[in-house]
Amino acid sequence: MSKSSSNFRTPRSRAQGLGSAKHGVGHFMVERVSALASVPLVLWGVFAGLRLAGSDFEAAAAWIAQPLNAVLLSLLLVVGLIHLKNAMQVVIEDYIERFATKSALLLLNLFVSVLTGALGVFAIVKVALTGAI
Amino acid sequence: MSPHLQVWRWHVTMACSILHRGSIFALYLGAILLAGWAVALASGPDHYACYTEVVGSPLGKLVLFGITVMLFFNLAYNVRQAFWDLGYGFTPKTADMTGVIAIAFGVVAAVVVWVIAGFTGALS
Repeated sequence: MSKSSSNFRTPRSRAQGLGSAKHGVGHFMVERVSALASVPLVLWGVFAGLRLAGSDFEAAAAWIAQPLNAVLLSLLLVVGLIHLKNAMQVVIEDYIERFATKSALLLLNLFVSVLTGALGVFAIVKVALTGAI
Repeated sequence: MSPHLQVWRWHVTMACSILHRGSIFALYLGAILLAGWAVALASGPDHYACYTEVVGSPLGKLVLFGITVMLFFNLAYNVRQAFWDLGYGFTPKTADMTGVIAIAFGVVAAVVVWVIAGFTGALS
């Protein structure tokens, strides 16, 4: 760009579209809030896992049939996946430079996390509402 | 791989940072295993038995134990980060100490949980 043409552009016009896209704060807040929200859920999840580890099919189905367990387990899965999806996104953005590869991995991350959440929550709701088959 | 890994001296805060990134991968697998458990349960007794057989195998237990360590480490690390967000814990001495605590908490809490699981008969 020649010096004369840049003289006619205002500083704002030169800066526009460059630098921060202003999406960082939202991502950061979601990451922190989901991290702290998952602390009690994870502790509950470990406690539940200890109770369920040795149990058979019937006992596990009966456990999920209790509304509180179904809701908390769904929350654990969804909050955890929101946190992990955002965390994995940062890792991909940090280490993958090539645009096509980066975009493909970001989409894969999105699809895997959403699919995992959808399958998991649907399965929990199904067992909770229909009970052991 | 980032060039700073070859240039920098290893220290606790760096190990914590790398472990934290590693824990994201471990917990991602953990979330998929959790959803898989629910799907297996929803698919009926045969699929559930298949799932518990695979995850309950020695290799499956090893993976689950690793995920437990990473889970508790990640939990402690997130609490550490929350203090950073409030502006506390940035002096090198404090950062080193909280880093060691986060790693120790991950290992100790996971061992405690698995010992309890052994005593309650959940591992058999």
